[in-house]
Amino acid sequence: MNKCIAGSSGILYPYGTRHNPEMIRDLCLRAQGYRAQVLRMVYERKSGHIGGAFSIAEILTALYFHHLRLDAENPNWGDRDRLVFSKGHACAMLYAVLAHRGYFPVEELSTFRALNTRLQGHPEPEKTPGVEVAAGPLGHGVAIGAGMALAARLAGSRRNIYVVLGDGELNSGVIWEGVMLGAKFGLDNLKVIVDYNGVQQTGSTRNVMPTEPIADKWAAFNWHVIEIHGHNMAEILDALDRADEIHGRPVVIIARTSKGKGVSFMEDASQWHGGIPSKEQFEIALTELQDGAKQWQA
Amino acid sequence: MASLIRSPFGQPILMRKAYGDALVELGHARKDVVVLSADVSSSDFSSMFEERFPDRFFNVGIAEPALVDAAVGLANGGFVPIANTFAFLFATRALEMVRTHLCYGKSNVKLAGAYAGLSDSFDGPTHHSITDLAIFRSLPGITIVVPADPLAVAKLLPQVAAWQGPVFFRLCRNEVPQIFTDDYQPEIGKGITLVDGDDATIIACGVLVAQSLQAAEKLRREGIQARVVELHTIKPFDADLVTRCAQETGAIVTAEEHSIIGGLGGAVAECLASAHPAPLERVGLADTFAECGPYADLLEKYGMSVEAIADAVRRVLKRKASTLVY
Repeated sequence: MNKCIAGSSGILYPYGTRHNPEMIRDLCLRAQGYRAQVLRMVYERKSGHIGGAFSIAEILTALYFHHLRLDAENPNWGDRDRLVFSKGHACAMLYAVLAHRGYFPVEELSTFRALNTRLQGHPEPEKTPGVEVAAGPLGHGVAIGAGMALAARLAGSRRNIYVVLGDGELNSGVIWEGVMLGAKFGLDNLKVIVDYNGVQQTGSTRNVMPTEPIADKWAAFNWHVIEIHGHNMAEILDALDRADEIHGRPVVIIARTSKGKGVSFMEDASQWHGGIPSKEQFEIALTELQDGAKQWQA
Repeated sequence: MASLIRSPFGQPILMRKAYGDALVELGHARKDVVVLSADVSSSDFSSMFEERFPDRFFNVGIAEPALVDAAVGLANGGFVPIANTFAFLFATRALEMVRTHLCYGKSNVKLAGAYAGLSDSFDGPTHHSITDLAIFRSLPGITIVVPADPLAVAKLLPQVAAWQGPVFFRLCRNEVPQIFTDDYQPEIGKGITLVDGDDATIIACGVLVAQSLQAAEKLRREGIQARVVELHTIKPFDADLVTRCAQETGAIVTAEEHSIIGGLGGAVAECLASAHPAPLERVGLADTFAECGPYADLLEKYGMSVEAIADAVRRVLKRKASTLVY
């Protein structure tokens, strides 16, 4: 199942490591490999969400293999950084990354969404090592993250709280309750990453519920805003570093991405929010992902 | 056994003041307790905690979903959050947060539901909370505790904080009589027999425990020996005690400041149906919204007075007498 990541290292780059071309190449190759893994998980179970999983491949790879201070051997280490995975439907990618990060065996990914699995259809903290909170109903991430950030501050800890949001869930009112909360308490240990892929279940976010100008909205709520290209690994790593230098305000990174990134017929197409590939589509998609990986296979 | 009950009852005390006192006490005893409010702390008296422990108090604004979600985040960091707002808002506006994170996600958050039942009487049905027990009781994994007097608040709140997992602590806004003596030792999950009797059992929670004790006293003068049981914990449900009461007295009346659907009466009905069928009368709101007005008048008009409970006992005894005995 792991063969699509040939040429990547599996190295963990410790927090603070400056990026270099070899590291970028290595992480990009891995992200592409996790896409292939997710494709297979959803294809085999005939259930799951590919589009929003593919759009966060580079973001989650950067977080789990570089930026987050974690201990996979001791998932409940009290002073770990927290990652709140708010866009729960895209959890196939979270599971793929957690498995490769050492939280559970990679072989277990084949049990995704099966009966008796630890890898539930949407994340459940009790069952899956490395999952912090339940997710699925959208909109919870920022307010939960704010609570975690308050806890870190009260405990006198320097740990950071990261929240991965979809852009569709910005429709939800409780998101903005959480945004106000983060600003009120000046939670600079709270960093939100919006996977702004522009597509939600029934169409483009522009048509379903316009959220632009999104950067202005967060700025108006007194957040520090960073905008990046969300599939550019160097930009992601730089943004995460910059976010740690902001004091007195929470930070949002608006990451412009493509839903279904990496497979031509899935990109920016709402039917791949929850669409299941046929055998033929699966094979074409896998080939495209493997071809796409070649640019990083030195 | 009679020593659990004051005779006569002590002077009425504001239950929310008792809650504020208990919260401050808890704040001294446990440094890991934090308190959150959706901007009603001057109503529910959690402001008393804010005054004493400002660093451990967070006002999230009028935002009940974020209130519960932020508490989930604090619990993840090892704190014991007590979230405060009106009971109906937890059970309605923030319900999805409670279901997803507290129940499914097993987050160790405590909800202090203020102004429950009809106790916010003058604000009317928009503020009454008459379905919260039914709503929360259907959720796997939650614990529901309903204190009956100020002493019960003081004795149960530390247990709520120490309990592993989510708890809904249902509180009255108003002055309530002091009914318990210091010998009262409630324990979450276990009902308490307050008054012995073999003709019928009144099972009550919250404010209606006092009314039930008075109803039993009244019936005693008529020669009816009614047992009075307090179920301060609606979930987990003390099925053993309820079954035993059905076996020993053969007739049950439930009394709660809540709809007769799905709360204490519903839980007892389910238990009797599967363990030991017996005639049951449920005292509570008859599937209707109430209206605004003085608290005691509302309880009387909507069928939750001492006389209403006594009547229910008389009715259930008639049914018991007409039940075929094999």
